[in-house]
Amino acid sequence: MKMSGSQAIVEALKREGVKTIFGIPGGAIMPVYDVLYDEKEIRHILMRHEQCAAHAADAYARVTGGPGVCMATSGPGATNLVTGIATAYMDSSPVIAITGQVPTSLIGKDAFQETDIIGITTPITKYNYQVRSVRDIPRIVKEAFYIATAGRPGPVLIDLPKDMQTGVDDIDFDVDVEIRGYRPNLDPHPLQVKRAVDLLVEAERPIILAGGGIHWSNAYGELLRLAELLMAPVVTTFMGKGVIPENHPLCLGCIGMHGRVEANKSIMMADVVLAVGVRFSDRSTGKVDEFCTEAKIIHIDIDPSEIRKNVSVHLPIVADAKRALNAIIDELTRRGLKREKSEWLKRVETLKKEYADTEPKGELTGANAVKVLRKVLPENAIVATEVGQNQMWASLHFKVLKPRTFISSGGLGTMGFGFPASLGAKAARPDVPVVDIAGDGSFLMTEQDLATSVTEDLPVIVMVLNNSSLGMVAQWQRLFFGRRYSHTDLKGIPDFARLAEAFGARGVRVHSLNELEQVLKEAVRADVTVVIDVPIPREENVLPFVPPGKSLREMII
Amino acid sequence: MAEHILAALVEHKPGVLYRVSNMFRRRNFNIESITVGVSEVKDLARMTITVRGDELTVEQVIKQLQKLVDVIKVSRLNPDRSVVRELALIKIHTSDSKAKGDVVNYANIFRGRIVDVSRDSMIVEITGSPDKIDAFVELMRSYGIKELARTGVVAMSRGLKSLKVEE
Ligand SMILES: Cc1ncc(C[n+]2csc(CCOP(=O)(O)OP(=O)(O)O)c2C)c(N)n1
Repeated sequence: MKMSGSQAIVEALKREGVKTIFGIPGGAIMPVYDVLYDEKEIRHILMRHEQCAAHAADAYARVTGGPGVCMATSGPGATNLVTGIATAYMDSSPVIAITGQVPTSLIGKDAFQETDIIGITTPITKYNYQVRSVRDIPRIVKEAFYIATAGRPGPVLIDLPKDMQTGVDDIDFDVDVEIRGYRPNLDPHPLQVKRAVDLLVEAERPIILAGGGIHWSNAYGELLRLAELLMAPVVTTFMGKGVIPENHPLCLGCIGMHGRVEANKSIMMADVVLAVGVRFSDRSTGKVDEFCTEAKIIHIDIDPSEIRKNVSVHLPIVADAKRALNAIIDELTRRGLKREKSEWLKRVETLKKEYADTEPKGELTGANAVKVLRKVLPENAIVATEVGQNQMWASLHFKVLKPRTFISSGGLGTMGFGFPASLGAKAARPDVPVVDIAGDGSFLMTEQDLATSVTEDLPVIVMVLNNSSLGMVAQWQRLFFGRRYSHTDLKGIPDFARLAEAFGARGVRVHSLNELEQVLKEAVRADVTVVIDVPIPREENVLPFVPPGKSLREMII
Repeated sequence: MAEHILAALVEHKPGVLYRVSNMFRRRNFNIESITVGVSEVKDLARMTITVRGDELTVEQVIKQLQKLVDVIKVSRLNPDRSVVRELALIKIHTSDSKAKGDVVNYANIFRGRIVDVSRDSMIVEITGSPDKIDAFVELMRSYGIKELARTGVVAMSRGLKSLKVEE
């Protein structure tokens, strides 16, 4: 078929099932936008900053479990995507980023808005392409989607020089992709599965540590079945939050720096740890030399380079989490394992009772606000968070009940992620309420996209936990720097309610927990974005807290 | 720390060397040398990489290399069962005839070749294991080395074992 490169790229995206693109046009990507002008099947959402386009695409991916697409022009448009791409990379999210580029004849000449986006994004993408022939477009798009979503997902960037968009050629979409350098191993090694089962059957104090890999492998059901079969408690990493309903009797919540006490204590007592789809990040393990030193660790991951990268493990299984868990379940069933409630489980349950969350009452605090939010929201509501104390209160006190309903920047810890992420989530799931649990500092980093939320009809709720400060940094200053609050005072600017109104959204400031509950209930029903300014005490700490470099045993409770 | 030799078959296309060397820098691995050239397969290039590190580090290096989409296959060569070679060109200061004679003699002992002679310098071309080249370079220091260019290591397993792409 004779067509231009821009027509080819849009057609190729449609063939990959793309329904939504988040982006901003500019000189070097205009031919593609010209095609999008008449496009009926793809919804283009005009963001107000490319960073937000990347975060929205990332959230779209996390909510749907499939790829999310963002688009930007060359130079500053492309570099503005970088924080979003790095965020997606750290959390293994399949974002497809498409960037305009100066014409091939000008590459290397420092032409207007030329930037080496391939060089810049090589360390933060799974792979990247610069199109050098119009005919290659169908193959490159197909490969990009395959690489982004297969195995351990991750972002892929396609750089499109302008002459590759305007050039016309005979385009064939009937191409096979065959990438000899990327063939993830999906099936677990049978012998390793037997060995894992041996360890699990003999374990006195087994625990399952589940991570973000469960989301991407869609292994929720298998995880639950295995936990119930083994009668083993489940803890998660922060990225794994929500892979098991957090009100399940066997779920203990997140481990880590701001993990729950019962989770941190339990994993440090276990004798066998079945770790699935985790990468043992420093925020999860605490001082790594003292992490589960007595335990035998079974590590299931689809990425072989994660095995023994951060901790030494007893038994590695390189495989897709869903298939590996199924194999373990089959083997356990074959051996006719039937577990009763063990002494170990009783001990864990006692811990869980001892440290259980209390009902929200009294003062309007960050922790209480998050608990009230859980009470008000339906089970299927989606929550995104910013970064800092707000994020850790969400992690500690917002019980996630359904898969893919909790979205947060774990690996990169990107302030400003939550709000555009909530827009991306809303675009993917217009049927459910979406809330950004925000800090005042983070929200100010991407609040300009209130314009997107209003004009593109993406109504979300922003609950700003407003401590007039860069709270998490201030907490560290309070605990480790002798209360020397260097540049963390945000001085109560702006008035968030009025800011929201200026964008055509609704803004409310609340003064009590009761009022917050009422306003949230109304906001859930509203068909417009609502920003709720929630004043909280400046000096509220997030606890428990494992100080940096300390073992998970050394929690400040 | 021990030195390890890795051989990798990679896609023969622009940017591959950047992807590989960038990964080494970003992951904090130390490359001693890296060489790239064509291989027996048309669209594949072969890289020989020498790295320093303990067992765990080499294991990670191999996995991180394999993770790169453009890297097709990586293998670790056993130094005792491989041919390991490097080529060096050394321009030596030789102002008098005694120095010239010495250099010719040493070059002969090391099976090097004199490839250029001028009034006060000579260029020796020498091939061999990196150790052998180190030894020769050391010997030449007392005469004065004007220029030194080494290719870095290329290596190949002896006998049946070879680095091949499975179909
Ligand atoms: C883009 C970015 N810049 C800086 C930081 C460092 N940082 C981590 S938490 C934090 C404070 C966040 O403040 P706020 O959004 O108000 O949330 P709070 O901790 O008060 O809930 C900062 C500055 C970061 N994580 N991301």
